Amino acid sequence: MSVPRMTCRELVEVVTDYLEGALDPDEAARLERHLDNCLGCRNYLDQLARLRELVGTLTEDDVDPEAAAALASAFAAWREGRSM
Amino acid sequence: MILGQADADLLERIRTGDERAFEEAVRAYGPGLMRVARFYAGEGAADEVVQETWVTFLKTLDRFEGRSSLRTWLYGIATNIARRRRSSDARMVVKDDPAVDPDRFWDETGPQPGHWKRFPPAWNEIPDERLLGDEIRRVVEQAISTLPERQRAVIVLRDVEGLASDEVRDVLDLSEGNERVLLHRARSKVRRAVEIYLEGEDVGA
Repeated sequence: MSVPRMTCRELVEVVTDYLEGALDPDEAARLERHLDNCLGCRNYLDQLARLRELVGTLTEDDVDPEAAAALASAFAAWREGRSM
Repeated sequence: MILGQADADLLERIRTGDERAFEEAVRAYGPGLMRVARFYAGEGAADEVVQETWVTFLKTLDRFEGRSSLRTWLYGIATNIARRRRSSDARMVVKDDPAVDPDRFWDETGPQPGHWKRFPPAWNEIPDERLLGDEIRRVVEQAISTLPERQRAVIVLRDVEGLASDEVRDVLDLSEGNERVLLHRARSKVRRAVEIYLEGEDVGA
């Protein structure tokens, strides 16, 4: 029995399952066959990969000194409460 | 993921009242908590959410059994606090909106039903300093902060903070299927926002 070919519209809905390794093997194979023949979907996957990289860099900030001071007194209060 | 040795030692020192150990924990996990809180509770409430997270952490320290990593535990506390603070915390229904505007594909009467009318552009010709630069970062941040709450929580934990998907499920108490649906919607919308931005700039179109 032949499996119908995956369309682009289908692919964009299962792509997260695929990237997360949660697509069942038959579906993953269908998706990969589609990718072999479709530049548009290869671009789409490439866009998602680049975005993932970008989103993963939104992490560069430090603890604000004012907040750190407030936490230091919260800690002191906590410690005092414990020793009582 | 269970508690690692380094974090277990750190917690032990905090339990004995070691101020430096607490500062270490704040330095290590504070920035991540801040991002989670900001995306989850909004810029205005983020400081307070983080502060309250650390206070709750200290209060519940003795009850923590080490069955998750310290990070997962802290993020769980923060998301609970942020969630309680949100006034409109109606349980979000996962809307089944498509990842890509259906109009981008040929319909049944077109030459290739279900296929792209026009391919999404390749972004590999956009220089990294532009694609990873400040403007597009702001577009991405803006897109994430306007996502529905649970989608935002999932993409922040999974893609910004880099948690494994099972950790994300633990923090947010989600089923496997639900977590992926939320992640899918979130990533699709962020991609769309960047695409619109780049098209407006006429790059790669």
